[in-house]
Amino acid sequence: MFDNPALIKAIFGRLTLESLPLHEPIVVGTFAVVALGGVALFGAVTYFKLWGYLWREWFTTVDHKRIGIMYMILGIVMLLRGFADAIMMRGQQMLAFNGSEGYLNAHHYDQIFTAHGVIMIFFVAMPLVTGLMNYVVPLQIGARDVSFPFLNNFSFWMTVGGAVLVMASLFIGEFARTGWLAYPPLSNLGYSPDVGVDYYIWALQVAGIGTTLSGINLICTIVKLRAPGMTMMKMPVFTWTSLCTNVLIVASFPVLTVVLALLSLDRYVGTNFFTNDFGGSPMMYVNLIWIWGHPEVYILVLPAFGIFSEVTSTFSGKRLFGYTSMVYATVVITILSYLVWLHHFFTMGSGASVNSFFGITTMIISIPTGAKMFNWLFTMYRGRIRFELPMMWTIAFMLTFVIGGMTGVLLAVPPADFVLHNSLFLVAHFHNVIIGGVLFGLFAGIGYWFPKAFGFRLDPFWGKLSFWFWVTGFFFAFMPLYVLGLMGVTRRLRVFDDPSLQIWFIIAGFGAFLILLGIGCMLMQFAVSFLRREQLRDVTGDPWNGRTLEWATSSPPPDYNFAFTPVVYDNDAWFDMKRRGYSRPLTGFKPIHMPSNTGTGIILAGLATAMGFALIWYIWWLAALCVIGLFVVAIGHTFNYHRDFDIPADEVVRVEEARTRLIAAGAK
Amino acid sequence: MKSDTHALHADAHGHDTASHGTLSSYLIGFGLSVVLTAIPFWLVMSGVIASKAATAIVVMLFAVVQIVVHMIYFLHMNTRSENGWTMMALIFTVIMVVIALTGSLWVMHHLNINMMPVHNMSQMP
Repeated sequence: MFDNPALIKAIFGRLTLESLPLHEPIVVGTFAVVALGGVALFGAVTYFKLWGYLWREWFTTVDHKRIGIMYMILGIVMLLRGFADAIMMRGQQMLAFNGSEGYLNAHHYDQIFTAHGVIMIFFVAMPLVTGLMNYVVPLQIGARDVSFPFLNNFSFWMTVGGAVLVMASLFIGEFARTGWLAYPPLSNLGYSPDVGVDYYIWALQVAGIGTTLSGINLICTIVKLRAPGMTMMKMPVFTWTSLCTNVLIVASFPVLTVVLALLSLDRYVGTNFFTNDFGGSPMMYVNLIWIWGHPEVYILVLPAFGIFSEVTSTFSGKRLFGYTSMVYATVVITILSYLVWLHHFFTMGSGASVNSFFGITTMIISIPTGAKMFNWLFTMYRGRIRFELPMMWTIAFMLTFVIGGMTGVLLAVPPADFVLHNSLFLVAHFHNVIIGGVLFGLFAGIGYWFPKAFGFRLDPFWGKLSFWFWVTGFFFAFMPLYVLGLMGVTRRLRVFDDPSLQIWFIIAGFGAFLILLGIGCMLMQFAVSFLRREQLRDVTGDPWNGRTLEWATSSPPPDYNFAFTPVVYDNDAWFDMKRRGYSRPLTGFKPIHMPSNTGTGIILAGLATAMGFALIWYIWWLAALCVIGLFVVAIGHTFNYHRDFDIPADEVVRVEEARTRLIAAGAK
Repeated sequence: MKSDTHALHADAHGHDTASHGTLSSYLIGFGLSVVLTAIPFWLVMSGVIASKAATAIVVMLFAVVQIVVHMIYFLHMNTRSENGWTMMALIFTVIMVVIALTGSLWVMHHLNINMMPVHNMSQMP
């Protein structure tokens, strides 16, 4: 029966034993390590009988706090994968001189730089940003959960589904070799006939649905669920930047979805949207994907700006300088981020009028951004600054990001861009703003809100070690790339002819090694903090003398966040409450209406991921089954009437009394 | 300070402040939609306007009016619904769509003139 090739093809599609990359010793070695780790983790969870707990309390949860934490875990796990790609690239470029081919063949190296970009943007930065927004925004606005808790769970698992597809491409088949935006004609079927681009398309489509839905969810939450008295201009700045980010997500991700759908039509059914023939135009793909792509970088950096605002204000012990200008700067950046996309392809052949228009709009963006920078500086001015880790990350950000911003303005000048386009100068620039802006912001945010999420602070010693390794490592790794870019070295090169360039790549490689130590110290910091949690414990719920509402509740907050919804009179609502001698209510608790957990989200996302896998490998019967399954489960879920329950008043009383005892014990 | 800072979140899930329309408003909307669909259909089928391009433009204009009718009569959008948020969202959407469309047309027009070789379409298979 199984010697019939037509039958095998009908069952397995393109998937054969040859698809497994057994000829790549590096991949096989990685697989061995991952498989051992996976078996150990699986065994441990089984041995400690944790599957039921994980399923009930985490996988099916609709609690925005737990979903936020799961996003953060996903982001940190994927950071390790993305960084492994980075350090492999640095190693290759360090070695491939004087006739040496390095240790990576072209097929593998091209996959690595593509995977690095895709993973770092979609599966590191996005989950970390979304995770923090998910965790913090409902607490900051005094809400019990997001507007659509089930949708939140579903969005998270769709993001995981995309990540699973990218990870699967490492061991089953291959990933795209096209660069992180998969420009056609290279990504067309003619030049990329294998599964790599299909993995890229379906991973991003599955994850993109999750991102869009989560954007809708958070906009709705911020617009509808604010505590009484919190007008728009009394919202914390992080909530404001989250709102703008989610507006950007909702407005721009559909463009990505559509452009990838058109590319898949080209690849699957032979249309000619982006081919070179029959009226297709690859340039349209570049145009459309950057209409999504430029807002995307602001999607990442705006929440980071919000984090810096919260951190600067809290650790300077002052109200944020220029709150109104901060809000307007954010909104202006939101709109302007739609007007600059062409600066990513100045060299594609538009005329002087187009190039100068987009060059000027790009330069204009630096004005609201500069206004923010001054607002932070003036907030610090005459403040009583506490140099805790989040504040250190913020200062490192200010120093680093200004350099990245200035090289950005330089690149916004079209004639300069004609020289520097696709050079390592560009690579240095966007790492400068994404690491120095987004990542430092996320680290500041993690350090700042970790005690809120877990009830104990992060260990400062390992944190500071990690901080110094990261910051110095960043400068060692990317400043040489500016130099190389100015000398004309283009990106994504695998081997080099000019031996005089090698020293710069060795310095950059050394920087990457320092960052490796930084990541190691960060993981160590989490482990040490967990072990020392009793010493680092915070029982007040307000370890930093915070100013916004998330610090008004316990750490970690109860399931219902706030026993009574706070009423807001001032921008820094919690600081205002403290100033006016707020005391926690101790009686009069009522039952609290909450959403129920459901497994539908993870099942739907699992089916969507399986559908993606089937479509990648042309396993049509499985894809059809998955689509039917998606419909059945989704419609079935509409008949689930057990969607909510009430936390009884007794339970609320018990939780709140436990907190009262804890605060009393802590005050002794 | 005690009681007034803690309003119980009785309506945590919010209430729909948009109007829900009446039978007559739905009927007016339906009638307008039918008329606005029938006229373009008649224009295309009868070919009263000689130029095809002009017909296409007229049909597009009817489509835009149709969109507005749907928004007013079926989506109940006005400047007050949801405290003005629906109108704000609409304005934002229109700005975004206009930027994306006109920008793309402008950019692609440039690229088409500057970068595309002259195709002889009659030679194509």
